[in-house]
Amino acid sequence: MPATLAERPIQQAAPASEPRREPLLQVEAITVRFGAVQALTDVSMDIHRGEIVAIIGPNGAGKTTLINVISGFYHAQQGRILFEGKDRTALKPYDVAALGVARTFQNVALFRGMSVLDNIMTGRLLKMRGHFLLDAIYWGPARRQELEHRAAVEHVIDFLEIQAIRKTPVSRLPYGLQKRVELARALAAEPQLLLLDEPMAGMNVEEKEDMSRFILDVHDEFGTTIALIEHDMGVVMDISDRVVVLDYGRKIADAPPDAVRADRAVIDAYLGVAHD
Amino acid sequence: MTELLRAVFVAPFADMAGNMPFLIEVLIGGVAAGLMYSLVALGFVLIFKASGVFNFAQGVMVLFSALTLVGLMERGVPVVAALALTALTMIALAFAIERVVLRPLVNQESIILFMATIGLNFFLEGFGEMIWGSNVKKLDVGIPDTSFMVRGVQVNRLELTAALTAAVLVAILAILFQRTKIGRALRAVADDHEAALSIGIPLKTIWVVVWSVAGLVAIAAGIMWGAKSGVQFSLSLIALKALPVLILGGFTSVPGAIVGGLIIGVGEKLAEVYWGPLVGGAIENWFAYAMALAFLLVRPQGLFGERIIERV
Repeated sequence: MPATLAERPIQQAAPASEPRREPLLQVEAITVRFGAVQALTDVSMDIHRGEIVAIIGPNGAGKTTLINVISGFYHAQQGRILFEGKDRTALKPYDVAALGVARTFQNVALFRGMSVLDNIMTGRLLKMRGHFLLDAIYWGPARRQELEHRAAVEHVIDFLEIQAIRKTPVSRLPYGLQKRVELARALAAEPQLLLLDEPMAGMNVEEKEDMSRFILDVHDEFGTTIALIEHDMGVVMDISDRVVVLDYGRKIADAPPDAVRADRAVIDAYLGVAHD
Repeated sequence: MTELLRAVFVAPFADMAGNMPFLIEVLIGGVAAGLMYSLVALGFVLIFKASGVFNFAQGVMVLFSALTLVGLMERGVPVVAALALTALTMIALAFAIERVVLRPLVNQESIILFMATIGLNFFLEGFGEMIWGSNVKKLDVGIPDTSFMVRGVQVNRLELTAALTAAVLVAILAILFQRTKIGRALRAVADDHEAALSIGIPLKTIWVVVWSVAGLVAIAAGIMWGAKSGVQFSLSLIALKALPVLILGGFTSVPGAIVGGLIIGVGEKLAEVYWGPLVGGAIENWFAYAMALAFLLVRPQGLFGERIIERV
């Protein structure tokens, strides 16, 4: 339904003082082990509606593992995940996607054999109620539905300024644009929660600025709640409402950017500023 | 020396030009045989495309479906009901394979999945013979293996039916892959499992769908080959004939399976009839493999396969 995507009112971040507001996502004391390696230890965090949360930390701190647990690719040995207050700990990735959680991957995971348009269209698979035979002859409701979804996808394409590469096979695109197409596919699903795993890795300054702008625009226009992993501290400070810092699989800080920047434990573990 | 060159490069073509109706008959025979190979190759392509698994058991699936169909008909089940029951059996088999073989092996190397299909091959072979017996059975689907004449050219009814069936199947599969929601999901799964999961495609449903479709294609192949040469163990060996077809057409292309089948079918018939006498005949048995080998040297990805480009 393109109308909702196009006309969804800007969701205002509710004032923090609002009493007992339920977080969109609650991660409760999760622990993840791979054999002898303890990837996450007793990590808890909340993500509230309308927030942009950055997850930072040194390499191997467990950032991607955390995203993978939230999106159902990994499962925690201990702890719970609640989405909209309901226990979602054991869900599989496709069930999590059906709940309205979309994600991108650290190493771009696009369908390389398909065009940009087809890739973004796959983002709407969950929204399609297709009948096989009607689809096949492309008739009546199937045709109308295809057109509706196409319109929603075109909106995303306009939004991310990738009109010119619509028909290009994604394998021919430069890396920065591939990342943008991956974001477009995630957006096409009209997610409630968008998880971005290093959306700006390997980009030059200009591309990073573009991507930051898109993330902020997505947030403003669709009111999407966003959690992202990012290494560039400048970007993190600029766009996030709150920063969660992981180190060796433990959460060592969870605060607004300015407070995190001044935090001694964070400086020691990650920022590496000389002590004075 | 000139004698030999003449015999290899000139005489056969003179023969072809000399007797046109006969050449056309040979070509039609080749096209028909080719489409029969394509039917088998299609099953491989479907599964490889959607899961990256080379299904060693495809040939036995052809045998098993034919055995089931004949077995049911021998017990007095009418043709249409027997066909429906066989189709249901193959779909049930797809569910079972997903549950017992694929699901426990998800995310394993493709060589492991390949070995699992070898196991499946032996299991199905034994299971089929246990239930339906191992005698050679005659499959009569009401299409006589006889010929009629069109302007002085013989056309075999059974081969014609096989050709039409293959054509219809290919059209259906092309539409399935290109036009439908399921088709888009199938292509997505073939490209990237993780990304497919992240946009909400349940892998197990997709696997059941492709194995079911491959099972249905196996039934079509089983009927055509069974009607031609009887339902017996050697039916499963036609899978070996599908290999050169796949190498020519590419493992991931539905049209490739058809074109590859046609090239192999026509090529081996022409070779047998016009060049065979030079070496005492029986070229047909190995010519397809020689063609595939030569082709591998020039175009390893096949005619329509995806080009392998390694980024360094």
